[in-house]
Amino acid sequence: MGKVVKYKLNGVEREALEGRLVIEAAKDVGVEIPHYCYHPALGNPGNCRMCVVEVAGAPKPQASCRTGVREGMVVSSDSEAAKRAQTSALELHLVNHPLDCPVCDQSGECGLQDYYMKIGRYQSSVREDKEHKDKRIVAGPHVMLDQERCILCTRCTRFVDNVTKTHELGIFGMGHSERIDVTPGMSLDNAYSGNVVDVCPVGALTDRDFRYKVRVWYLDKTDSICPGCSRGCSISVHANTSRPWHNDGKRVARLKPRFNPAVNGHWMCDDGRYGFSNLDADRLGKVLRLTPQKTELTWDAMAAELADVLWSAGEGLAVVASGMLSNEDWAAYKSLFLDALSVKRHYFAPEPDQVGAEDELLRKRDKVPNLKGAEALGLKSGSFGELAEELEAGKIKTLYVIERDLTRIFGERAQALQSKAGITILQGPNKYALGDSFAYRLPATAYVEEEGCFTNFEGKIGAYKKALAPIGDSKPDWEIFGLLQKALSGAKQRAAAA
Amino acid sequence: MAITVRAVARPARTFATQIYLVEVWRGLAVTFRHLFVNLFRHAMKALGIRGFLPGSVTIQYPEDPAVLGKRARTRHRLLKRDDGAPRCTACLLCETICPAKCIRITAENAPDVAVEKRAKTFDIDLGMCVFCGYCVEACPVDAIHMDADDVELSSYSRQDMIWNMPELLGDKTKVPSGPA
Repeated sequence: MGKVVKYKLNGVEREALEGRLVIEAAKDVGVEIPHYCYHPALGNPGNCRMCVVEVAGAPKPQASCRTGVREGMVVSSDSEAAKRAQTSALELHLVNHPLDCPVCDQSGECGLQDYYMKIGRYQSSVREDKEHKDKRIVAGPHVMLDQERCILCTRCTRFVDNVTKTHELGIFGMGHSERIDVTPGMSLDNAYSGNVVDVCPVGALTDRDFRYKVRVWYLDKTDSICPGCSRGCSISVHANTSRPWHNDGKRVARLKPRFNPAVNGHWMCDDGRYGFSNLDADRLGKVLRLTPQKTELTWDAMAAELADVLWSAGEGLAVVASGMLSNEDWAAYKSLFLDALSVKRHYFAPEPDQVGAEDELLRKRDKVPNLKGAEALGLKSGSFGELAEELEAGKIKTLYVIERDLTRIFGERAQALQSKAGITILQGPNKYALGDSFAYRLPATAYVEEEGCFTNFEGKIGAYKKALAPIGDSKPDWEIFGLLQKALSGAKQRAAAA
Repeated sequence: MAITVRAVARPARTFATQIYLVEVWRGLAVTFRHLFVNLFRHAMKALGIRGFLPGSVTIQYPEDPAVLGKRARTRHRLLKRDDGAPRCTACLLCETICPAKCIRITAENAPDVAVEKRAKTFDIDLGMCVFCGYCVEACPVDAIHMDADDVELSSYSRQDMIWNMPELLGDKTKVPSGPA
C-alpha cells in the first residue's frame, strides 16, 4: 500500500491508493455505489452483486467491493450498462421478497426501498409464486427474524462470527430455500445482539423493543452520548414527539449507535441500547418542599431556603452524586460544594450500585458516563461504607442526593440511614424508590433534555445535544447549582445578622 | 417561452351599458323563464300527465334525504376481510398522508402470522377532517373508504366528533351525547 494512482470514476479523474476498493474510493469522493453485503466493519464477501460497476476493458460488470483501484482504470457506476446490471441484481433480490412494506418496521430506512426508488423502478418479470419461509421468529430477547424479507447478504452472520464471535446465526439450506436461521439450540442472546438489526439492510431482523411502536419517518434524530457506561458511545436519540399517541406515550423511541471510529466504531451494546425505559418514568417536574406538608415553591424561593439549609449545615453536609453529571455540571458542583461551601464529604463512587459487566468490545465496569470529568476537576469520592457509618453515628445533618437511588446503594438499610440525616434533599430527573421521604425535591433534566459533555474512561470528551424539551420545571444540574450558589450570599448575610 | 405583451381593448362604455337596464331585463328574463317552465311542469305533473320531470330542483332537506353524487366523499368507513377481521394493517400511511392530522392509529401484533400487524385503535377526528380523500388513495390494502353516505356529522362536543374503530367498522352505532 501507499502508492497513489490515478483512475477515472464516472468521467472524472480521481486519485486513490492503489488497491483500495472501488466502492470505498468512490465513497471517499462522495459517490455512493449501491450495496448490501459490503459493510466497512464486516468485510466484502461480494455476494449481493448490487455494487456492480462498469470497468473499461472488463468483459462483464465488476463488483466494486471486490475490485481494487489500479493505475489508469476507467470505472463508471452510473453508465447505462452499470445501471442495467444494478437493476437486474435488485430484481433478483426481490424475487422472493414479500413486499410487505406496509407492515414492516424497516420501511422508511430499507435498502431495498431506497435502491428501488433510486435505480430500480422496473416491472418485475417474475411470474412464479414467491417462496414462503418462516416469519415472526423470535431470534432472541431483542431481535425478531423474518426469513422471507432476507436477501442473504450475510451481514448478520458475519457480525456474530467476527465481532461477537458467538455464532448464533447461520445460513441453512441451499439454493431457493436458503435461509438465515438461529443456530439450533441457541438464541441470539449476546450483549451486542441489537447491532444485527442495524447492519441488516432490509427488514429481516427487526427490534422487538421497537416493534410496531412508531413508523421511522415520524422520528426526530439527535446526536447524543450513551450514558450507560464509561465508554460513552456516540449514539443517536430517536424521539417521537410530533405524534405522542405512538410508542405508548414514551418520547424516546429508540437509541441507535452513531459511527465514531475513536470510541465505538459502528456498534453499541444492548444494555445501552435498551436502557432508556426510565427516561419518562416517575419524573420529578415540580420544585417541592415535602415536610411538613407538600408545598410547591418557585426556583428562587427554593434556592433561598436551601441556601440557608446548606450554609447552616457546615461540617455536617454530605453530598451523594453520580457520574451521570456532565462536565459542565461537575464544574458548577465544584464551584458550589467545594469552593463556596468547602464540603468534605463527597460520595460519587460507582460502587456498589453503578458497576456491572465489562468486556473487551465496548462495555466498561463503571455504568455511569462521566467519572473522569469529576476526577479531572480534582474531586475525590469517599466510599459509601464510610457514609453509612457516619450516618449511623449521626454526624451528618444534611444529606444532598443527586441523581442516585439510595435503596440501590444501601439496600434495606436505606430508609433507616436516610432518616438519620436531619434534612434530606433529592435532586434528579427521577423519583426513585425513596423519593417521597426527602424533605426537598429538585427536578433536574435527563441527559436527553440538556446539552453538555461527558469525558469517557480514556479521557475523550464527547458532546451530547438536547433532543427533548424538559419536563415541568426541571432545570439542568449546573443551573440548579448556579442558583444555589447565587442564593448563598443572602444566606451568609442572614446567618451573620442572626 | 418569452414574455410578450398584448394590448387588450377595454369594452366600450356605451350609453346602453351605463344605464344597466338591459342587463337587469336579461336577468329577469332568466328568472321568469324558470318560473314559467316550473309552473308548467308542476301543472302537468299535478294533472297526472306523464313524461314530465319534477318541476323544481329544490330538495326539502332535512324532511327529505339529501341526494349525493355517486363520487361524493362522505364519512369514512373501515372495511373488513372475508373472515370479518378489519382489513387495516396499521401501516399508518393514511395517518402520514393526512393533511389535517385527524387520523390516530396505534398498532399491535395480529394473531394471524400472515397478516402480521393490525390496528389496536383507529380514531378519526371528523371535526378536523377536510374530506380530501388522501387516506383512501394512500391505503395499500383497500381498508378505508369514504362512502358511508353520511354527511350529517354534527355533535354537541368536539370529543363526539371523534369516531373510533368499532364505529367506523359499523360494529357499533355512534351515540352522540346531548347538549351539555
